[in-house]
Amino acid sequence: MTATEAPARPNAAPEDRYYTYAYLDEQTKRMIRRAILKALAIPGYQVPFGSREMPVPYGWGTGGIQLTAAIIGRDDVYKCIDQGADDTTNAVSIRRFFATVADVATTEDTSEATIIQSRHRIPEQPLADGQIMVFQVPQPEPLRGLEPRETETRAMHAYAEYGLQYVSLYENISAYGRIAATAGYPVMIDERYLMSPSPIPKFDNPKMHMNPAILLFGAGREKRIYAVPPFTRVRSLDFEDYPFETQSWDEVCALCGANDSYLDEVVLDDKGEHMFVCSDSHYCADRREKGHAGPMAGHALAHIETEIAAEEV
Amino acid sequence: MTEVLDRPTSSQSVGAVEPLLRVSNLTKNYGHVAGCLDISFEMRPGEVLGIVGESGSGKTTLLNCISGKLAPTSGSIAFNSRRHGLVDIYDLSEPDRRRMQREDWGFVHQNPRDGLRMRVSGGANVAEPLMNLGRRHYGDMRQATMDWLSRVELDLGRVDDKPRNFSGGMQQRIQIARNLIHNPRLVFMDEPTGGLDVSVQARLLDLLRELVRDLGLAAIIVTHDMAVARLMADRLMVMKGGHVVETGLADQVLDDPQHPYTQLLVSSVLQI
Ligand SMILES: Nc1ncnc2c1ncn2[C@@H]1O[C@H](COP(=O)(O)OP(=O)(O)O)[C@@H](O)[C@H]1O
Ligand SMILES: [Mg+2]
Ligand SMILES: [Zn+2]
Repeated sequence: MTATEAPARPNAAPEDRYYTYAYLDEQTKRMIRRAILKALAIPGYQVPFGSREMPVPYGWGTGGIQLTAAIIGRDDVYKCIDQGADDTTNAVSIRRFFATVADVATTEDTSEATIIQSRHRIPEQPLADGQIMVFQVPQPEPLRGLEPRETETRAMHAYAEYGLQYVSLYENISAYGRIAATAGYPVMIDERYLMSPSPIPKFDNPKMHMNPAILLFGAGREKRIYAVPPFTRVRSLDFEDYPFETQSWDEVCALCGANDSYLDEVVLDDKGEHMFVCSDSHYCADRREKGHAGPMAGHALAHIETEIAAEEV
Repeated sequence: MTEVLDRPTSSQSVGAVEPLLRVSNLTKNYGHVAGCLDISFEMRPGEVLGIVGESGSGKTTLLNCISGKLAPTSGSIAFNSRRHGLVDIYDLSEPDRRRMQREDWGFVHQNPRDGLRMRVSGGANVAEPLMNLGRRHYGDMRQATMDWLSRVELDLGRVDDKPRNFSGGMQQRIQIARNLIHNPRLVFMDEPTGGLDVSVQARLLDLLRELVRDLGLAAIIVTHDMAVARLMADRLMVMKGGHVVETGLADQVLDDPQHPYTQLLVSSVLQI
């Protein structure tokens, strides 16, 4: 997990080349690692940590970046996605950042990556034992919108008093006739701590349940780290008469034909023309490469995506 | 009155003699300022106790100590809870005390903002105590909410409106429904009609009195208004400078006040 343990790659520079490997100083990384270990020991519990100033503003993934910096080593293979896409500005610049400061290989291939940093998605390709997901979290406290007092939310977690979280689901049903909340849908971790899964779509919630990978969550501005260790129970809250449901689409992916992935609606022109495509850009590209085709396969949008991906590699 | 109850607290079978609440030598100081001083009394199930006195006499301090919101400087508060029987509420662990508060008590604040979640709808405010008790069937809770909204005479069509869209009197009705829906054993009320217009106040008091009587509810009502005390309370405690200066049946205290301070309070209401 640390740089010093990593076997040097043949062309890697000697250890002493790194004044501060992976941007953060060793003391800070140790502090963050301690927080991570505590978070793994108490699944779903929010561990406070001394969040540092990072070279990007809050809201741009400072929590995730600090987590990655604390765990990355030169033998890691790093993937970074933003809303499922590897090729957005934010994902590209964070990936370049770690390629530079941590001297690691980067990838867009989910199965190749050892560390996957993400804003708002879990890849479609199932994660494997040995992989670590790092989530960027804007608001770690699932109860904050309902209870502004920190002392009170702390007591609620300490005593597992989670009735209040159901109030938001109740409101949802009253207003929309169903639980309409789509992102950041609250979950119970190992039937003990209530946790916000960061603003991933609820489509991704079931992926966390008994997942073989380590899931780490970092909130830079709010200075909290929490975690879901491998093979932990993760339950999405619901009511007896309104069971938890994920989003589903009538369409398949217009480019690759997938019927099992999270779809984004893309507006094509100002006449209301639109298409649905996989939010996970690598998953989609991989399927197309393997010969899968959707109803709009070959659409210009697909080429643009492939070009960007090619440039980046 | 107290001597009857100096027995072990385990006996559930005593029934009628077992008090609902027993406050003993309760004192709360704020530094050098006296909040309330050496107060002892008991309440029985179904009894409505009025605490009266001028502003600053210690009513809110006493109520907050009894309701577990404010740790007393000395003295004890024993409550007969469904789960634990008659126990000193500050001997319970914090989670046990919080659970007892959720299960057995209600608290109607003077200012609805202190007692309601302003960010969620009136209906969700009313249903929340059920969710806090572990209820997880939306349809059942929705029905219970509607039943309670009609009991407090609120327009059911407005169940999903936010509290800020209701008038002060209606907010107070939402607060009352929220504090009765879970069938509490004891409800605390701090000047429940204090912030309202006189006409609104009168109608709300009638409603409150009916509910308390119908449910056989025990309640402690703090008020500086002797008319409220007369309408609501079975028994009265008169406070002055942190002390209880007079206590007795409401009618007796109001019609034949013994302490000069009580006489002053009562005569001032008679002039109105
Ligand atoms: N938080 C506090 N800090 C210091 N003094 C307080 C506090 N709350 C109340 N007091 C004082 O305690 C006394 C009783 O106040 P309170 O219980 O609010 O009376 P009431 O509800 O009858 O108006 C007053 O002298 C008041 O100034
Ligand atoms: Mg007061
Ligand atoms: Zn696709």
